[in-house]
Amino acid sequence: MQKSLLLGDEAIAQAAIDAGISGIYAYPGTPSTEITEFVQHSREAKEKGIRSAWSTNEKTAMEAALGMSYAGKRAMVCMKHVGLNVAADPFVNSAITGANGGLIIVAADDPSMHSSQNEQDSRAFAKFALMPVLEPSNQQEAYDMVHYGFDISEKYKIPVMLRITTRLAHSRAGVAKKDSKNQNEIKLPTNLRQFVLLPSIARKQYKSLLENQTPFEIESENSGFNQYIAGKNKKLGIITTGIAYNYLMENYPGNTLEHPLLKITQYPVPRKLVDKIYNECEEILVLEEGSPMIEELLRGLLNKGKKIFGRLDGTVPRDGELNPVIVAKAMGLKTEEGLKIPGNVVGRPPSLCAGCPHIDSVVALNQALSKYAKGNVFSDIGCYTLAALPPYESINSCVDMGASITMAKGAADAGLKPAVAVIGDSTFTHSGITGLLDAVNDKSNITVVILDNATTGMTGGQNSSALGHIENICKGLGVEEEHIIVMNPIRSKTEENIEIIKKELEYDGVSVLIPRRECIQTIARKSKEKRAGK
Amino acid sequence: MKKDIILAGVGGQGILSIAACIGLAAVSAGMNLKQAEVHGMSQRGGDVQSHLRISDDEIHSDLIPQGKADMIISVEPMESLRYLPMLDSDGWVITNVAPFVNISNYPSVEEIIKEIEKVPNHIAIDADKIAKEIKSVKSANMVILGAASKHVGISYEELQNGVRMLFKKKGEDVINANLRALDEGRKFAI
Repeated sequence: MQKSLLLGDEAIAQAAIDAGISGIYAYPGTPSTEITEFVQHSREAKEKGIRSAWSTNEKTAMEAALGMSYAGKRAMVCMKHVGLNVAADPFVNSAITGANGGLIIVAADDPSMHSSQNEQDSRAFAKFALMPVLEPSNQQEAYDMVHYGFDISEKYKIPVMLRITTRLAHSRAGVAKKDSKNQNEIKLPTNLRQFVLLPSIARKQYKSLLENQTPFEIESENSGFNQYIAGKNKKLGIITTGIAYNYLMENYPGNTLEHPLLKITQYPVPRKLVDKIYNECEEILVLEEGSPMIEELLRGLLNKGKKIFGRLDGTVPRDGELNPVIVAKAMGLKTEEGLKIPGNVVGRPPSLCAGCPHIDSVVALNQALSKYAKGNVFSDIGCYTLAALPPYESINSCVDMGASITMAKGAADAGLKPAVAVIGDSTFTHSGITGLLDAVNDKSNITVVILDNATTGMTGGQNSSALGHIENICKGLGVEEEHIIVMNPIRSKTEENIEIIKKELEYDGVSVLIPRRECIQTIARKSKEKRAGK
Repeated sequence: MKKDIILAGVGGQGILSIAACIGLAAVSAGMNLKQAEVHGMSQRGGDVQSHLRISDDEIHSDLIPQGKADMIISVEPMESLRYLPMLDSDGWVITNVAPFVNISNYPSVEEIIKEIEKVPNHIAIDADKIAKEIKSVKSANMVILGAASKHVGISYEELQNGVRMLFKKKGEDVINANLRALDEGRKFAI
């Protein structure tokens, strides 16, 4: 069969289309963005009427997907690992309501923080929620696991997490497709109280979730995704999770590994298989792409059993993603150092594009703030976070989506003056609105700058839910109209913009400034698309 | 046959079209492929790299092991040096010499070229200039690929086919301009 060259993300999207989803829900976030984009651009998905527009944030996406599952249809919801924090409430509770139509939650983790604020391991979240997890080791497995995941989701009426990491998400390989399935018909849950988590019902539902842990584990042992591979050198047994398997095998070309190996890609952890390798081998090495979760379980609190090597004893670094050399060193193999980087090579950090409207906004803001001491600007997640770096050094925080407004509010409550929040349009609708309402209700003395470039820029220019809504949202929240000011962030207006900002910094109350100019990347892309269309 | 190639450049320079050409050619020749790309924040003018692996045998890791790459193909001279630790001791550096200056502390280009020339196997080519001469400034990437064509482990005809497949949707003129660029790069390197 002809294989298609697909990114891991694209393999997941294609599999979802083929497995008969009726909708995909997501907010863009590296490294998960390309899953939803693939469905949006797929002609097949369009013909099948699969809904795929961006959601306002991960929580709304998760809830909408759960609603589609309630109606009996298959749904997928995708997010980056920190997006799962935003969706945590419906995510955890969805394990208790259970699913009706198949439901897969894709969590794309970013170990080494290539494009993220942290490297949390989503498997921990799934364990917390008592939800089964699939963790493919390659693009083909990612494709196959989506089909399997929807099947077990419907079999056990449970949402399933598909956990991937950056290297799988953004690496391409040949993938063979399966036959495509029809979408489910609408079919409500047999028990119309299944999704009513009143305490009396929730207690019952939770008990059945607990009881289901045994069948989930049996699935894990028998599905074939977790594999025990025999080896004659039993001095050391190796357990890999997810793509760690690839880095191990890279060091043993032609399958020359002589140690017993347990390849784990499905959870709950298959205890029978772990028991087998633990008993057969004198010592165990655990290679996990992410936190040392299985390693911790094996060691236990007091680590009095067999010797366990991994991230906790320094055999493997405690943080960051794995690679073939890290694994080679853990196996005591010889590694190459290559040539040295010459001394004159300098760093090239990411930076705001030439002509970016954010540059004009932060330059004006810096000027307007020049008479105050430094350290008054709270910011958020987006391209403009780069304004923390030279030459601008304009902002003093980047924590989570929406935190600019609420942190500015808290600092203003503490007496900091002025307290400024800098947030993008898409981030504002993602998680900034509720914080602004707090500030209005409290009459906090903050100046909110909503950088409106009409797109979700950092992740590649996706449609922003904020488009055309910002002033009305602010008015609706109760920000006074004369303190909602749209600005034009271009160089020729810098002086004018400085004056506007200065005036609002003096105002004792909530003001919202909206520098509005479209992202130059999306303008360029649109004109390219227009030319191609002609 | 097995080739591990590091593609290097600056976000937005389009290193992925080189990868796509080699990839399409390799896959239509029946080879296996894995290609790790960089998406997200670094694409905003930061240094970017892609690991391209093609082989007749199964490929396990998406990442090339340090010190094992057969070549570094770079569209920017300083970026070609950033990945030297990845290069095998008899590997090749094939790079554009036209700098992309978007940082204030960019080093002296002469010094950078000197460092490139210290690598035993190297091809340094002014792809921007050649692309300009053949009136196809957007094809500098294909000039560099042409310069690398003798070393990528795929026949030249297959690479040409890769170019045709990649630019199929853009019409004959674009295909021919890119094939010309590929030829010019190849001629330079011979």
